[in-house]
Amino acid sequence: MPPDPRRDPLPMSSLTALTDATFEEEINSSDQPVLVDFWAEWCGPCKLIAPILEELATEYDGRLRIVKVDVDESPDVARRYEIMSIPTLVVFHDGVAKKRMIGAKGKGQLVQELAEFL
Amino acid sequence: MADPRDVVIIGSGPAGHTAALYTARANLNPLVLEGEPSSTSDQPGGQLMLTTDVENFPGFVDGVQGPELMTIFKEQAARFGAEYITVKASKVDFSVRPFTVWADDEEHRARAVIVATGARSLMLGLESERRLLGYGLSTCATCDGFFHRGENIAVVGGGDSAVEEAIFLTRFAEKVTVVHRRDQLRASKIMQDRAFANDKIDFRWSAVVDEVLGDGKVSGVRLRDVTSGELSDLPVTGVFVAIGHVPNTDIFRGQIDMDENGYINTHEGTRTNVEGVFAAGDVQDHVYRQAITAAGSGCMAAIDAERWLESQPKTPTNW
Repeated sequence: MPPDPRRDPLPMSSLTALTDATFEEEINSSDQPVLVDFWAEWCGPCKLIAPILEELATEYDGRLRIVKVDVDESPDVARRYEIMSIPTLVVFHDGVAKKRMIGAKGKGQLVQELAEFL
Repeated sequence: MADPRDVVIIGSGPAGHTAALYTARANLNPLVLEGEPSSTSDQPGGQLMLTTDVENFPGFVDGVQGPELMTIFKEQAARFGAEYITVKASKVDFSVRPFTVWADDEEHRARAVIVATGARSLMLGLESERRLLGYGLSTCATCDGFFHRGENIAVVGGGDSAVEEAIFLTRFAEKVTVVHRRDQLRASKIMQDRAFANDKIDFRWSAVVDEVLGDGKVSGVRLRDVTSGELSDLPVTGVFVAIGHVPNTDIFRGQIDMDENGYINTHEGTRTNVEGVFAAGDVQDHVYRQAITAAGSGCMAAIDAERWLESQPKTPTNW
């Protein structure tokens, strides 16, 4: 059956998806801070913030990188960073987790929380 | 300043979307302030965004996922021209017409307003709950049940939401203990039967949560027996709270009549005490609280608003 766009409002994301295999390398090699969105397909609030993160990725281009980790597909990374609730957003800088934000938030609040990394 | 809209709708659960659909089809060009993302039930799409299978919404023989249902609602309203913005209304002025609604420092003026902000889940109100939120304590079973595969968890509450969450969580957990302050459930008969038949669900009757235990992450709950006062610890890695709801009416305080619990008082359908302001869905209903009743009252509010607008003289000096 072809995908029904009505049933999957956000079929594609332009954000890079990191996995158990690629996570360390990507986070450690980035010279920009990296915001990681831990999410999963079944999580309603995750879907609500996805378009906001896409917007921010464009607005912060060159200053802050935004990537995604599907906790279902990459359980090791999720476990290593003790993710117990999604969405959880973690900002990494120089390979180190600097800030953790739990739960969906509106764009205005995210912009405020991320200001220190820009 | 922009001309006022005919209708501004605040909220985007079943009530808000249905009001949008009907007012859009009546060519009233509604603007919906749909709310902002959050991980509680106060968010675009409302409480259904945190649910999975909805089995009691007519028209879906095999059930439908809550978020999917709300996507369909929204697209149907949008198809007829309802306009949505993802902002949370922060302040209203219903004392003069046209009415004003503020969101994100923007001002929206409207000849009629439909309030459909719904209700959100009550929390326990404990310091330990705030500290462990996101570290085993969750407001969203559908989001976070996954992280408790093979573990023991507690669900607090005895209504439909609590029992539905408990049943859902047995997909992941080894054991789910339902902690309820009474000695019987308030949930609907069908949900009770399913819960009692489920081997993975245990019950702790007549008990309330005194403290969520854990240093860094949840390790258990301290329960207090409501009759004996005796304390006991239940070791769990996850706690899901479903003890009831509170209406999202903070911004309307002092602007429209409410009952002592903050639910908006309505009369003659969906009218509030302010002429031109209507209320629909859970924000004015603590009795039925169903997606279908909310949708029904959203339709009523749209029709009430349309008829009221028709009865009003449109004088250019006023608006």
